[in-house]
Amino acid sequence: MALFQIAEPGEAPLPHAFKRAIGIDLGTTNSLVATVRNGLAVVLPDEEGRPLVPSIVRYRPDGAIDVGYAAMAHQADDPQNTIVSVKRMMGRGLADLADDRRFPYRFHDTPGMVRIGTRAGVKSPVEISADLLRALRARGEASLGGPVDGAVVTVPAYFDDAQRQATKDAAKLAGLPILRLLNEPTAAAVAYGLDNASEGVYAVYDLGGGTFDISILRLTRGVFEVLATNGDSALGGDDFDHRVFCWIIEAAGLPPLSPADARLLLVKSRDAKEMLTGHDAAPLIATLSTGGKVDLTLTKDIFTEITRNLVAKTLPPLKRALRDAGVAPADVNGVVLVGGATRMPQVRRAVAEFFGQPPLTNLNPDEVVALGAAIQANKLAGNREGDDDWLLLDVIPLSLGLETMGGLAERIVPRNSTIPVARSQEFTTYRDGQTAMAIHVVQGERERVADCRSLARFELRGIPPMTAGAARIRVTFEVDADGLLAVSAREQTTGIEAAVTVKPSYGLSDDEISRMLEDSFAHAEDDMKARALAEVQVEADQIVAATRAALATDGDLLEERERAAIDAAVDAVIARRAGADHVALRSAVEALNRATGEFAGRRMDRSVRAALAGKRVDAVL
Amino acid sequence: MIDFADNFFDLFGLPPRYRVDDASLERAYRALQSQVHPDRFAGGTDAERRAALQSSARVNEAYRALKDPVLRAQHVLSLQGIEALAETDTSLPLDFLEQQLERREAADDAAAAGDVRTLSALVDAIVSEARDREALLAAALDDAHAYADARTQVRELTFLRKLAADIGAMQDALDD
Repeated sequence: MALFQIAEPGEAPLPHAFKRAIGIDLGTTNSLVATVRNGLAVVLPDEEGRPLVPSIVRYRPDGAIDVGYAAMAHQADDPQNTIVSVKRMMGRGLADLADDRRFPYRFHDTPGMVRIGTRAGVKSPVEISADLLRALRARGEASLGGPVDGAVVTVPAYFDDAQRQATKDAAKLAGLPILRLLNEPTAAAVAYGLDNASEGVYAVYDLGGGTFDISILRLTRGVFEVLATNGDSALGGDDFDHRVFCWIIEAAGLPPLSPADARLLLVKSRDAKEMLTGHDAAPLIATLSTGGKVDLTLTKDIFTEITRNLVAKTLPPLKRALRDAGVAPADVNGVVLVGGATRMPQVRRAVAEFFGQPPLTNLNPDEVVALGAAIQANKLAGNREGDDDWLLLDVIPLSLGLETMGGLAERIVPRNSTIPVARSQEFTTYRDGQTAMAIHVVQGERERVADCRSLARFELRGIPPMTAGAARIRVTFEVDADGLLAVSAREQTTGIEAAVTVKPSYGLSDDEISRMLEDSFAHAEDDMKARALAEVQVEADQIVAATRAALATDGDLLEERERAAIDAAVDAVIARRAGADHVALRSAVEALNRATGEFAGRRMDRSVRAALAGKRVDAVL
Repeated sequence: MIDFADNFFDLFGLPPRYRVDDASLERAYRALQSQVHPDRFAGGTDAERRAALQSSARVNEAYRALKDPVLRAQHVLSLQGIEALAETDTSLPLDFLEQQLERREAADDAAAAGDVRTLSALVDAIVSEARDREALLAAALDDAHAYADARTQVRELTFLRKLAADIGAMQDALDD
């Protein structure tokens, strides 16, 4: 008979308690939230049973914020305050959006990321995305009956560091406890692969509303290994709508349009595109604010013709991904289609022709990413059931490097390196007595720095004066499991440490995020303090429980003195846990984290040795 | 942080030889990653997540070094105290260099003419030559212990690899 476990009074909650975990597909056109319920991944619908949340945010005249269908209803009559396709602007400056001037927004050309003027003030894409994520979080909490413990948010595999960091910032701003950023095609592969018990090499072709990804994965028992990924982070269903829109203007001979009329015709264009998936022709009928009328018919043939080069744009990334993976089209066991835009027959034809086999369509291309994210969130939160375990090995999509003399990029981590990855390279000074070095971090495949994306600039100071070429500056690039980069630099020869770690600076600083968080609670300062305290209390309980568990199993790795230091740090957390001072408790938690750093490393070492113990026998052939 | 020995073969529990059993290497790699990957510690403390990130990155680097034939040869040599790519001696046989120069010129011409077929034939030729050289490398390192010969092979292979990568970049550029 199983015995119930009862925690000691005052002890942290049981570490194996069920966690509320959600997966979020934050799409250009539509978003979804999913969870794992009774072992099955399900999309969470609204009260009316609709699974999708249109990725549209409207700042209303009364100060309220509408998200989803409610905002969608006003995209034509209030276009400047109703923001669609914000994902295209994440981590992007105005200059990057050359193709996106079609949006009727009041853009502000701010350094780093573009901002948009609305009646609710100037908003960054991060803030607008956070408004979307808040609505998705609320749907998750309503359905799960309490606050979310952990979330996985998906990003296009081809998103660069700036776009990923912006997404993570938005999640933080929305108060989502984020477990991982997961690449969309990888999420789809998890949902598909686990469902079909697939083995072999699979291609995931993901054409969403505004982004295109191609990932080549090898699926073997319990391992999803991404071999290569490629794509275009500014190509998607939106662009097909825009082609139809341009065709209408030309065919109907329309003069320049007001923002409202432009939005109206874009919506009609999208409706026509969707209709052509199942029909040979679609009517385009609209009355403009000028009184002008549009009455056209778009045939399948015309649509295919005007979008031919968009479909063709997906082929070079396909070729590159296969080449990088070392796989021929014929070696691919299956092609999985993801994203609503893959419903277009001309896209399916092009994919089938390229791979020489019909793509797999036995899954819902709108939902599969959110389902995969939910499955991964459930696992990362610790709700794993039974023995079914798997490992995701993902890659970075674009090479990372530094600027060297002559404006050339020196590649340090090549594209398609498995993450996490840490790699170092040594550089030296070029002038006698040089005491500082400017480090410029870039991402991209081109040789010239000017053609790559600039991620961060920082200076290493305090290099002891030496003759040119004598200093040894070791620059280390570290990419974590979210695909996010940190760079550090250190002078080696003299033992003088002049190290600096940067997070790329395009997005929002941590200070900016905490200011925004505070602003959102400003009307109720007590609420904010209570919330801050509650958050740090949960964290304190977790770390105390985790530390005790670690001490119980691996305490023998510590010397008495080390053990005493950790015990003291635990006691300090417990003592402050009883009080109401969240700042003091936070610093005690951080002290405990520091005190256990070395211990965590030794435990990892032990688990590595344990993993090997079983392997040595068959390794000695 | 984990203090892995600089011997990657030890890390994977494999004998320190150039000829490795791919299946054993892959099994050991997966066993290690399933212990240390950050996904196992997503809900862990900062210290645990930091340690997992560093260990997992280290396992990935070690795996890359053993999986890749050229890096693996460099590693076998470095265990013998030989730095294959030392900047102090960068010489390569003249006939080898001449042959590669010809290939590069052929590639430049093909790229200028948009001749994808020739580029891909050049890459195929280089890849197949590299494979032949790996067999020689295995004999030099594991059987004859002829480390000086092996060192030259490693340098030539590194050169060939760079050439293949450059031609790959030309192919990429022609795809658009």
